[in-house]
Amino acid sequence: MNDALFTLLPALPELVLAVGAMALLMLGAFRGEETAVTVNWLAIALLVAAGAVTLWLPNGTLTTFGGSFVVDDFARFLKLLALTGSAGAILMSFDYLAVEKQQRFEYPILILLATTGMLMLISAADLIALYLGLELMSLALYVIAAINRDSSRSSEAGLKYFILGALSSGMLLYGASLVYGFTGTVTFAGIAKAANPGNIGLIMGLVFLCAGFCFKVSAVPFHMWTPDVYEGAPTPVTAFFAAAPKVAGIAMFVRATIAAFPGVVPQWQQIVVFVAIASMALGAFAAIGQRNIKRLMAYSSIGHMGFALIGLAAATSDGVEGVLVYMAIYLAMTLGTFAVILAMRRDGHMVEGIGDLAGLARTDPTLAFFLAMLLFSLAGIPPLAGFFAKFYVFLAAIKAGLITLAVIGVVTSVVGAYYYLSIVKIMYFDEPAKPFAPMPNELKIVLAVTGLFNLLFFVYPGPLIAVASAAAKSLF
Amino acid sequence: MLSWPILSLIVFLPLLGALVIAAIPSHGEAETRNARWIALWVTLVTFAISLVLVWKFDPKSADFQFEEKYRWLEGAIVYHMGVDGISLPFVVLTTGLMPICIIASWGAIQKRVKEYMIAFLVLETLMVGTFVALDLVLFYLFFEGGLIPMFLIIGVWGGPRRVYASFKFFLYTLLGSVLMLLAIMALYWDGGTTDIPMLLHHGFPPNLQKWAWLAFFASFAVKMPMWPVHTWLPDAHVEAPTAGSVILAAILLKMGGYGFLRFSLPMFPTASHDFAPLVFTLSVVAIVYTSLVALVQEDMKKLIAYSSVAHMGFVTMGIFAATTQGIAGGIFQMISHGIVSGALFLCVGVVYDRMHTREISAYGGLVNRMPFYAVAFMIFTLANVALPGTSGFIGEFLTLIGTFRINIAVAVFATLGTILSAAYALYLYRRVVFGVLDKPALAGILDLDYREIITLAPLAVLAILLGVFPQPVIDLSAASVAQLVDGYTHALNGAHATALLMR
Repeated sequence: MNDALFTLLPALPELVLAVGAMALLMLGAFRGEETAVTVNWLAIALLVAAGAVTLWLPNGTLTTFGGSFVVDDFARFLKLLALTGSAGAILMSFDYLAVEKQQRFEYPILILLATTGMLMLISAADLIALYLGLELMSLALYVIAAINRDSSRSSEAGLKYFILGALSSGMLLYGASLVYGFTGTVTFAGIAKAANPGNIGLIMGLVFLCAGFCFKVSAVPFHMWTPDVYEGAPTPVTAFFAAAPKVAGIAMFVRATIAAFPGVVPQWQQIVVFVAIASMALGAFAAIGQRNIKRLMAYSSIGHMGFALIGLAAATSDGVEGVLVYMAIYLAMTLGTFAVILAMRRDGHMVEGIGDLAGLARTDPTLAFFLAMLLFSLAGIPPLAGFFAKFYVFLAAIKAGLITLAVIGVVTSVVGAYYYLSIVKIMYFDEPAKPFAPMPNELKIVLAVTGLFNLLFFVYPGPLIAVASAAAKSLF
Repeated sequence: MLSWPILSLIVFLPLLGALVIAAIPSHGEAETRNARWIALWVTLVTFAISLVLVWKFDPKSADFQFEEKYRWLEGAIVYHMGVDGISLPFVVLTTGLMPICIIASWGAIQKRVKEYMIAFLVLETLMVGTFVALDLVLFYLFFEGGLIPMFLIIGVWGGPRRVYASFKFFLYTLLGSVLMLLAIMALYWDGGTTDIPMLLHHGFPPNLQKWAWLAFFASFAVKMPMWPVHTWLPDAHVEAPTAGSVILAAILLKMGGYGFLRFSLPMFPTASHDFAPLVFTLSVVAIVYTSLVALVQEDMKKLIAYSSVAHMGFVTMGIFAATTQGIAGGIFQMISHGIVSGALFLCVGVVYDRMHTREISAYGGLVNRMPFYAVAFMIFTLANVALPGTSGFIGEFLTLIGTFRINIAVAVFATLGTILSAAYALYLYRRVVFGVLDKPALAGILDLDYREIITLAPLAVLAILLGVFPQPVIDLSAASVAQLVDGYTHALNGAHATALLMR
C-alpha cells in the first residue's frame, strides 16, 4: 500500500489539482453560484499548493506509471511557470467577472483542469501520456473560450477553437500512430533508439506530430485560430490563453523532439526553422495593421512563439535553456500586458481599441509607464527583460550555426518593434482621451510584480539563467 | 587608485536622480521647479565626480583604469567597467554637456517638465555607461537602451513632424544594432568571453573578422552617421527639442566613432585594413556631398545636421587611416565637434525660443539687436569652419595629416570639404546675423539673457582654448592611441607574414 502510494509521488502536484478541482466542483454544485468568488480564491490556493508540492518533491529525475511520467528539472521549471500563469490569470479575472456579471464557479474549475492537463503534458514521456494531457488541457480550454454563453463572439471563438483543435489533435494522433507503427514503441526513450533518418514512415509521423505541436503553440502555418479566439474570448480568458497553455505547448514540443527524436535532428530541425521564420515574420507584419489590442497581442504571441522556437531549432542544451528563459520572461510580459488591457474600462464598458489608450501618459502616468516598458520589453529592447529572452535564443542559434535564421529573426524583431512603438506613440505623443476607471487592486498587484520583474531583471539575472541552464541539461 | 566604485557612481548617479524626481509628489509649479533643480544638481555633481576621474587618471598608462568587476549573467558575461585614454574624454564630454542641456531646457520646456528631466537623466546614465562598459553585452545594453529615452524626448517634446522623426530614429538605429548583437554572439562563441580587454588580445580568424566587422559597421555607421545611412539624422535633429539636438549631435553620434575605435580597429585589424578603402570612399562622399547639401538648406537645424555628417566624415577617415595622427585627430575632432555643434544647436535654440521658427529666411540683421549673440554665434561658426585658433582646426588638421600619409587622393578630396564647410557656415552666418534688420517680427528681439550666457560661455571658452592649447586632450589619450596603433600594425604585419608563408 505504502509502495503504491510512493510510486504515485511524482504525480502529486497533478493529484492535488485533480482532487482539489473535484472537491471545488462539489462545493460549487451544492452551494450554487454565490460560491464563485470563494471558489476562485480556493483555486488560486490549490495552484499555489501544487507549486509548493512541485518544489517539495525530491531532487533528481523521478518517474512513475512505468516510465511514461517523468519529473525532471525541465518539468519542474515549466510546471512552476504554468502554475504561475494560471494563478495569475485567475487573479486577474475577479474584477472583470464581477462587473460583467459572469461569476460562475465553473470558470476557475475549468482552469484547474486545464492546468492539470498542462502539468501532465509537461511531464509526459510517452506519446499516450502526451495525448492524454493534451486532450485534458484542450477540452477544458475549448469550454473556457466559450464561457460567455450569451455572447456570439465568445461562442464563435469556442467553436472555432474546438473544430481546429480537434483537427490538429487528429493530425497529432495520426502522427503518433505512424511513429508507433514504424518503431514499435510509444515511449520517447524507445523511439529515440529506433529512430533513424532512413525510416521514411517515422519521418512522416514526425511531420504530423510537429503539425499538432505547432497548432498548440499557435505557430505559423497553424496559427489561424489565434487572432479570432483571442479577440472573441472574454479578456481574462485571453490572458489565460496567452500565458500558461503556451508554456505547456512549448514544453511538449521541446521534450518530444529532443527526447524522442535525437537521431533525426536535421529532419525536424528544418521544420522548426521554417516554422520559426514564418511565425516571426507573420507576427511582425500582420500585427502592424491591427486596431484591436487583443488581436494585436494574438499576432504578437505568434511572433514570440517563433522566437522561442529559434532556441529549439538549435537543438542543443543552450537552445533549450534559451527557450526556458524565453518562456519565463514571456509569461511575465504577457501577464503584465494583459493586466493593463483588463484595466481598460471606461464608462462601465471594456474598451479594446489601441486608440483608446491615447494620451494615457497624461491621464495615468504610472500605468502608461509600465505598459510602455512592457512593450519595449516585448520588442526586445535592452535593458528590459525581453532583451535577455531574445539574447539567449539567438546566442544558441549562432552557436549552432543557424546564422540565416538569426539574421531573419533580428530583422523581424525590428519590424515588430514598429507596432509596439506605435502603441507607445499613442500613449505618449497623442492628446489624451477620457481616463479609464480606477484599476482594481488585483490587477495592480499583477502589474507591479510583472512590471518590476521586467524592469529590474537586468540587475541580477543570474539566478533565473542558472536554473534554466540546469533544467535544460536534464533533458540531455 | 580609489577604493570606491567611482565609475558606477558616475553612471548610476543620474539614474538615482531620476528616481528621486519620479518620487516627488505632483504639486504643479513647485514640482516643476524641484524637478529642474534636482536635475541640475545631479548633473553638476556627476560632472564634478568625472573631473575627479580625470585628476586621478594616469595618462601614461594605456591600460584600463578604475576597473570594476562583478558577477552578472551566468557564465563569462560579467559586469565590467573601466576607462582608458580613449573613453575618458567622451565621459567628461557627456557629463560636462548635461548641466548645460538642463539649463538650456529651463525656459524652453514648459510641459511635462518632470518627465523631461527624468528622460534626460536616464539618458545620461545610458550614455556614460556606453563609454565605460568593458563587456560587450553590457556595452550593448547601454548603447541600445539609450534609444528609449531619446525616442520619448523627440516624440513628446519635439516639433511638428516629431512622430515620423522619432520612429525613423528608433528603427534605423535598431536595425543597425541588432546585426551587431549577432556579431557579439559570434565573438562570444569564438573568444569564450565577452570581456572587452580579453577580446582585444584574442586575435579572431580572418573570416569571422570580416563578417563581424561588417556587422559592427552596420551599427556604428548608422549611429555615426555615415553617408548613405545618415538620413535619419536631419529629421531627428530638426524635430528634437534644442537640448535633444545637442545631446544627439554632441554625444550620441560619438558612440559610433567610439565603437570604431574600441572594437572595429583593434579587434578586427585585418578586416579594418581590407575595408579601409570603403570607409575612405564613404567618408569623402560624406564630406563633399553633405557639405553641398548643407549649402542649400532653408532650415538652420538641418544645415547644422548636414554639417555634422560632413564633420563625422573626417572622423571616420582619420580613424581608418590608422595612423597616430589620424586616430588622435579623430578623437579630438569628435570632442571638438561635440562642443561646437552642441553650441551651434544652442544658438539656434536661442532664436527659436524667441521667434519659434528655424527658417533661415525669417532672420537677418540680428547683429543690430543681439551683439552678444552675434559674437557667440561667430565663434562657433568659425570653429565649425575649422579656422586655425579654434578647436575644429586641430581635429581636421590632424585627421588630414594622418590620412595624407596613407592615401593622398582621399586627403585632397577631404580638404575640399573644409572649403565647402566655410562656404555653408559663413553663408548661414551672413544670412542670419548680418544684413539689414528689416523684418518687423525681429524688431523687438532681445539679446542673450544670463541663462543663455551661462550655457554658451563655457563652450566658447573651450572652443578657443582647445584651439590654441590642444595638448591636454591629446595627452590624455596619447598612450592608449599609441597602443592601439601598435597593436594594429603588429596584427597587420603578422597577417602579412602568414600570407607570405602560405604562398
